[in-house]
Amino acid sequence: MSALLEVRGVRKSYGDRVVLDDVSLDVAAHDVICLIGSSGSGKSTLLRCIDLLEDIDDGVIRFDGSEISDPRVDPREVRRQIGMVFQAYNLFPHLSVLDNCTLSPRRVHGLSKREAEDRARDLLATFGLSDHVDKHPDRLSGGQQQRVALVRALCTRPALLLLDEITAALDPELIGEVLTIVRQLAERGTTMVLATHEMSFAREVATSVCFLSEGRILEQGPPAEIFSNPREERTRQFLRRVLPS
Amino acid sequence: MSTVWAPSEREQERRRIRRRQRARSVLIATLVTVGVFVGLGVAVTGSPGWPSVQELFFNGFHARESFDAVLEGFWINVKLFLICQPVILVLALGVALARTARSAWLVPVRLLAALYTDVFRGIPTILLVILLAFGVPALRLEGLPTDRLFWAGVALVLSYGAYVAEVFRSGIDSIHPSQIASAEALALSRAQTMRHVVVPQAVRRVVPPLLNDFVSLQKDTALVAAAGVFDAVFAARDYGNFNFNYTPLVVVAGFFVVMTVPLARLTDWLQRRYAERERAGAR
Ligand SMILES: Nc1ncnc2c1ncn2[C@@H]1O[C@H](COP(=O)(O)OP(=O)(O)OP(=O)(O)O)[C@@H](O)[C@H]1O
Ligand SMILES: [Mg+2]
Repeated sequence: MSALLEVRGVRKSYGDRVVLDDVSLDVAAHDVICLIGSSGSGKSTLLRCIDLLEDIDDGVIRFDGSEISDPRVDPREVRRQIGMVFQAYNLFPHLSVLDNCTLSPRRVHGLSKREAEDRARDLLATFGLSDHVDKHPDRLSGGQQQRVALVRALCTRPALLLLDEITAALDPELIGEVLTIVRQLAERGTTMVLATHEMSFAREVATSVCFLSEGRILEQGPPAEIFSNPREERTRQFLRRVLPS
Repeated sequence: MSTVWAPSEREQERRRIRRRQRARSVLIATLVTVGVFVGLGVAVTGSPGWPSVQELFFNGFHARESFDAVLEGFWINVKLFLICQPVILVLALGVALARTARSAWLVPVRLLAALYTDVFRGIPTILLVILLAFGVPALRLEGLPTDRLFWAGVALVLSYGAYVAEVFRSGIDSIHPSQIASAEALALSRAQTMRHVVVPQAVRRVVPPLLNDFVSLQKDTALVAAAGVFDAVFAARDYGNFNFNYTPLVVVAGFFVVMTVPLARLTDWLQRRYAERERAGAR
């Protein structure tokens, strides 16, 4: 099966600081790739490069067979097919939950108001947010806001979903409700790349886990392998630190 | 890392494309800009009335003749601006703080501050200048200065103070309540919270709109001419009335542009920097 997303030898630096160094990664349809690694290892940067929020300094990124790291490619065309959710939700505070979710489907994807609202209501209901449709984001809890942010990304039916530590700003009780959604999405076959600090969750949903260290993918493999029998010493150290033994 | 990184073929190609794209947009920008300005120039100088307008407004001889008088008058504008600006800042911050005060004791002050901003933002600045400059000296009160320039300056301060107070207040209101909550959680008093947490953040946030108001104040120092103060505009009108030529007014306009451009550029630059910083955090 040819990959939906192909990252080849990507390099990214800020000034003298090399943040991604020769990173390669394949994502096939229905894959759930978890990026793990210590803070500052480059997980967010990799996701932002894939979503073309940052220009890369070398390498190639291909999506659906065509190169998207070409400067002539319109990033908006690419982002129509890729959804991204941020750690800090970034919901639009001046719009209701429903309007947050229908903004892009209506303005970018050309759906009618009715279609967009039906789709948004459906998804909001699926994820237990029916009661909050007409509220403004600041009336919701952190967990609810993050679920809305997920729904907002899903409303455009992206072929690929990028999630950047979407539970990092939540307290443990709320983490569960957000991860439940991600788990549901994984079961439905949504293709996802997610940066996460939730190791047990990564072990459970990932089809493949990448360990990043100092801007390189040091090790990649199925979760069973990475978590119980890592090849690299650095991975072992990291896991010892984050996993309760 | 063992090997030194060198950009790959693909990356070099990509850089060439980016360079070409940049060159193309620079070219487009240049062509469009030149086109627009040449077009404007031709339209103006080709108009039927241009020769007489040129004689009346852009006369080199009269420009040179009136230059010294205008320059001397312009000093008054500059001084007025330099003195009024800090006074306005202090007055406006005081008024803004008074309007945001919550203490029961300060209710009358709050009302006065609200009344002040409402009234003085409502009165056209030129009327205020005329009323104060001619009205107050006419009261012949002991101990009050009778200098028209002084009272014209007071009018500018009062008028702009009301505007700038509102800018400050919107800055103070825009600080997120969680900031106040965390300051109060540290047991800071209301005044300390304002002094150490809210006002510093608010001021930083309102610097661009403030500078914008000050660009406007620089120009409005010309309103003192209405009170018969011998500033640049008055000097130019004086010369024009004697020589039947308006060129000195254009000279004054030139002076004002030269004075306001640096501040306007600074405002732009600051605004861009704030925008960039906010974007970096939010993406
Ligand atoms: N805009 C930027 N300018 C300069 N350096 C940056 C910028 N963005 C990220 N970096 C640096 O790049 C490195 C990788 O950052 P990144 O956000 O990708 O890490 P991360 O793996 O997501 O970490 P975390 O788990 O804390 O979110 C960090 O050392 C960071 O300081
Ligand atoms: Mg991150």
